Amino acid sequence: MSETAEATKDVAKEPKEPLFSAKNKRLLSDPLNDDNPITIQVLGICSALAITVQVKQAFVMSLSVLFVMIGANLIVSWMRNLIPGRVRIIVQLVIVAALVILVDQILKAYLYDVSKQLSVFVGLIITNCIIMGRLEAFALGNKAWPSFLDAVGNAAGYGWILIAVAVAREFFGSGKLWGVQLIPDAFYEFGYMNNGLMILPPMALITVGIIIWVQRSKNTKLIEEN
Amino acid sequence: MEYINIFVKSIFVDNMIFAYFLGMCSYLAVSKTVKTGVGLGAAVIFVLGITVPINYLLENYVLKEGALAWLDEEFATVDLSFLSFIMFIAVIASMVQLVEMAVEKFAPALYGALGIFLPLIAVNCSILGGSLFMQERQYANIGEATVFGLGSGVGWFLAIVAIAAIREKIRYSNVPAPLRGLGITFIITGLMGIAFMSFMGIEL
Repeated sequence: MSETAEATKDVAKEPKEPLFSAKNKRLLSDPLNDDNPITIQVLGICSALAITVQVKQAFVMSLSVLFVMIGANLIVSWMRNLIPGRVRIIVQLVIVAALVILVDQILKAYLYDVSKQLSVFVGLIITNCIIMGRLEAFALGNKAWPSFLDAVGNAAGYGWILIAVAVAREFFGSGKLWGVQLIPDAFYEFGYMNNGLMILPPMALITVGIIIWVQRSKNTKLIEEN
Repeated sequence: MEYINIFVKSIFVDNMIFAYFLGMCSYLAVSKTVKTGVGLGAAVIFVLGITVPINYLLENYVLKEGALAWLDEEFATVDLSFLSFIMFIAVIASMVQLVEMAVEKFAPALYGALGIFLPLIAVNCSILGGSLFMQERQYANIGEATVFGLGSGVGWFLAIVAIAAIREKIRYSNVPAPLRGLGITFIITGLMGIAFMSFMGIEL
């Protein structure tokens, strides 16, 4: 996180930089892997795990988070010189809550079944630590364009983990992807069974644990001391 | 009897961490030692026990469809429930601030113990989650809502103290290097979740 903060300080000094300079590209690409919000920064776990039983829910959730993050990052970075430091948390919460209400109403209007399945977790985007964390760490101190890229990058980093976990859980848990059955009936006749454990909540944690394991064995500099 | 049932259910069956993963961020960040775990856990019980009943009143006398009927007959059709997110989070943020000031004034010892954790709690998902679950499950009266809030807090407290104790011990074990820290914490939490699932279906 400190790396990106340094990088963007330079961006702020040279306003005439091209839109996709090397530094700005890093804002987009870092959160996908080396600085992933879920596996490295440990933000936004709360909602990430509960709605990964099906790919469709995970996808809708990622899109909602993407929307809220872009909106909140842009608004906060435009208003960053107007927000008094002492009440900034409440100001941020109100901005995020207003955006989440928008998302919630849209979901209820057009995707009612998904909105029912997501239940309280749409509302919990408000307290999703990724959003607050990026607002605090980035949008409060940077211009709109880098903040926008930061939002897209982090939401994408969040989204791909979410969808990866959901793919694993839906495929092994119910033999489907996006509600379409992938494992042929012949397999079931031979005695193949869906792994019912994968649908249960604890397996989400273990799946993320395994993703962290794989990621850190590929990239040894991320290994923690203890 | 209904109260005991809700209390036990919200601690074990609907445990905030193991069944819904709420408040995971601070759960993972603050569980390195038992002492800080106890501090944050106590603060969560405290704040959940206060905000859930307040939001229950707000929900039933302001936000729900027809809830404003006590004001005047003509408000009986007003439905403000789309505002509930923003109202709940405002209540939580301001209650946390109020509680912090009150505790500092009247119970300095408790403030010393909870001190730094109180402000953190405004953005803890389990607090807002508690209020949203209360809204979804439609408890019959304020007593049930309070008991639900306290029970959820106690469940969260148990979870963070347990994982903190395990993490203190696991420091002496030889965990595969890439799993150290975050990875093994996830997997242990998963295993604890499986253990907690054995409470499923308990009715008192």
